[in-house]
Amino acid sequence: MTISFAIIAVVIIAASVAAITLRHLIHCSLALVVAFAGLAAAYLQLNAQFVGFAQLLVYVGAVSILVVFAILLTRSGENPNEEIFSKTWMAGAAVVVAVLGVLVWAITNSEVVKREPSPATEVTVRGIGDVLMNRFVLPLEVIGLLLTAALIGAVIIAMSDRQERKMK
Amino acid sequence: MADSIDQIFVNLKHWLVGFAPEPWQGLASIVISIAALMGVFATLFAVTTILERKGLGRIQNRYGPNRVGPFGFLQPAADGIKALIKEDLVPRSADKVVHFLAPLVLVIPPFLVLSVLPIGRNMTLVDFDAGILFFFSVGAIMELSVFMAGWSSRNKYSLLGAMRAIAQMISYEIPLILSSVTVIMIVGSLSLNEIVAAQGGFNGAFPDWFVFTPWGFAGFVLFMIAATAESNRSPFDLPEGESEIIAGYYIEYSGFKFALFFLGEYIGLFAVSGLGITLFLGGWGAPLSFLQFIPSWAWFFAKLLALIAVFIWIRGTLPRLRQDQLMNFAWKFMLPMTLLNIVAAAVWHFMLPLPAAARWIACSAIIIGSYILLGRGLMERRKIGRRTYRFAE
Repeated sequence: MTISFAIIAVVIIAASVAAITLRHLIHCSLALVVAFAGLAAAYLQLNAQFVGFAQLLVYVGAVSILVVFAILLTRSGENPNEEIFSKTWMAGAAVVVAVLGVLVWAITNSEVVKREPSPATEVTVRGIGDVLMNRFVLPLEVIGLLLTAALIGAVIIAMSDRQERKMK
Repeated sequence: MADSIDQIFVNLKHWLVGFAPEPWQGLASIVISIAALMGVFATLFAVTTILERKGLGRIQNRYGPNRVGPFGFLQPAADGIKALIKEDLVPRSADKVVHFLAPLVLVIPPFLVLSVLPIGRNMTLVDFDAGILFFFSVGAIMELSVFMAGWSSRNKYSLLGAMRAIAQMISYEIPLILSSVTVIMIVGSLSLNEIVAAQGGFNGAFPDWFVFTPWGFAGFVLFMIAATAESNRSPFDLPEGESEIIAGYYIEYSGFKFALFFLGEYIGLFAVSGLGITLFLGGWGAPLSFLQFIPSWAWFFAKLLALIAVFIWIRGTLPRLRQDQLMNFAWKFMLPMTLLNIVAAAVWHFMLPLPAAARWIACSAIIIGSYILLGRGLMERRKIGRRTYRFAE
């Protein structure tokens, strides 16, 4: 437990709390982005460079924009006047406590806790690249092909839409 | 002698760090490096603004700024003072916190990505194994800050500008990354230092830069187009198109916050140009083998200034694109071209045992063929005749 970890943890928790308690949806989503960035910092602090960069690229760069666009396209920009918490928050809290209790009970009683922790390995980006390119090259290529197909497919969908309009 | 000039800044830093007490030396080294990087690029920003205004002036048959200092070269200082003492206006209905944070969030990522660029021999601030991944992942934060600026101003022009900017940045980020993938494939490393090292050799007097291969040339051109769009510069400056939406997402910013937007934009331009230099133009390597006595950092900045000159030239030459042209260009031309360029790079890699001429012909055929076919395909049913001009009488 170092000082940097404590700072990052405080940032993540504060941002997460802000994300569910702030009134304005855009503020909530921006707080969520801060939490994402904090998680990325936590990964980097744990020397997991690849996961940290991927977290930044995917969540801070792409998912946050998606969230923000979705909010802007579906809601009006005005502040909502209703309560943030629904009227049945008591029931919700009860469910949360029950689920948490079951999970804690299950985890503390499971075999996993009794196992010896595996020795920590130094995972570098180079190591991940080696494994991806040698052992898991087939899944990687399948995913790559899938994503490329999705990319081209998106363009084709956009193209055919325009041609239909022309025919009308 | 040449070596000592080449390493002068590295040695200077070691000498300065020597003054710090033992436990603080690591911190002192980091602080000195960061301060030097920020100072140099902020100065370059000031120089570029005046050069750009002068250059645009020459292109448009006027003088450009020539009042402050000799030939107007103290203009950036005057601009800075003006920005500092100007009133900081915040619209009453604006979202105060987000409005304040947006310029700060916009300025930080470009400075962060500068840290992974090799700007000279042994002159990389942070040598990540995955430097290029860091560059792109941190660069992605800029989109969010643009949104924050546009949305928090509570102005429909600024929101429109932010939407345009985000759509454009997301669309052109794909060709930007895909055109860099070719270099990563050939070098087999994500480390920017290794990419520079891979281009360090000389073929006779000429260097082994990737821009001198068919896939590298195509990749470089595509990269620079995407970089222009990514840094919102003309002809891709729709997000701030003055004649349409006044100033886009920073319409409600004044004083130093406005200057911060400018700073962020230019530092972003330097960073992405620096990445282009590193990937395709041999980083800090000399362009001819007998010019190696000139220090490496001088070559990096010479190449950077040359690219900036090209950017200024393009800005003074090309008119602004329309929104649909912008999107069509990204998705229907840039994306297929970058994908086919990856194929060309793969062909180049697997034909390594064959003679060079065969590689050249095969790769060029793929790139030129796809360029012609794509161009023809996009031009279908559109007649291109002689351009006619109409003047008011």
